[in-house]
Amino acid sequence: MFKAKVIITRKKSILDPQGKAAEHGAVLLGFKNITNVRIDKQVEFLVNVSDLEIAKQEVSEFCSKLLSNPSMEDFEINLDKVDEA
Amino acid sequence: MKLKFGVVVFPGSNCDHDSYHVLKHILDQETVYLWHKDTNLQNCDVIILPGGFSYGDYIRTGAVAKLSPIMNSVIDFANKGGVVFGICNGFQILTESGLLPGTLIKNKNLKFICKDIYITAVNDSSLLTKSLEKKTLMTPIAHGEGNYFTDDETLKSLQQNNQILFRYSSSKAEISDEYNPNGSIKNIAGIMNKSGNVFGMMPHPERSSDGLLGKTDGMQIFNSLLKNFIK
Repeated sequence: MFKAKVIITRKKSILDPQGKAAEHGAVLLGFKNITNVRIDKQVEFLVNVSDLEIAKQEVSEFCSKLLSNPSMEDFEINLDKVDEA
Repeated sequence: MKLKFGVVVFPGSNCDHDSYHVLKHILDQETVYLWHKDTNLQNCDVIILPGGFSYGDYIRTGAVAKLSPIMNSVIDFANKGGVVFGICNGFQILTESGLLPGTLIKNKNLKFICKDIYITAVNDSSLLTKSLEKKTLMTPIAHGEGNYFTDDETLKSLQQNNQILFRYSSSKAEISDEYNPNGSIKNIAGIMNKSGNVFGMMPHPERSSDGLLGKTDGMQIFNSLLKNFIK
């Protein structure tokens, strides 16, 4: 079994209004060194197979068909082998 | 001409009744509801994907609705040339399902915007815009994710193929940032696919088609569709 941690990021070319708002908040708090704030999504789930390649393939398909929208987002997959949930 | 309209009902749709009311009671067209779990489009001539918050807008607006059983039939119908019209959440579902290019992201100001705005038709040959009595129409918008975005290449292709239907404007048809409520690229409020049978727009013509509500500009879009539909 694998524990999947998927990070979905908005493509750099797309404005991230939430990131901008957080960045503005940082300025209001007096932080002078914080820039380029981006707010992304992290999704965690278990994949009930023993083969890493099969897990990778299935997770990648899940990411491109539902969890991310390829016209505006990229995703990064991290898989960790676990014994049980 | 009498047409048969099918209004798809997803869990979380909330403009399905408005669309049904306008089509059935005001325009006197045969209209049925189509449940998201069904696959039979009941020989409808036009499929409406209404506004709302299908599946709570979870993951992304329209992302789960596109996987509903009815959507397989709608995609098939559209690919065979059938007319599909998505309004607000319906537009978001159409971009998610790949029937329309681009995507709708969070409004630039992060707020849910609910107000009457003006849009100007920039295409005078489509089913929805060919017979408008006037080019600039007052229609309500009500969305949090209406900021139309696409990459440069897709934008170019939209322009080259005359696929942009409406842009946000002033009441005098001026198109500029000042009249862009949500940050949409090039003020885009509505588009169609290349073959001209799939339409999507964020503003709500069905909420501005009943004189009782004091606004009727949206009716012109439905009238244009009825006038130019070839059965």
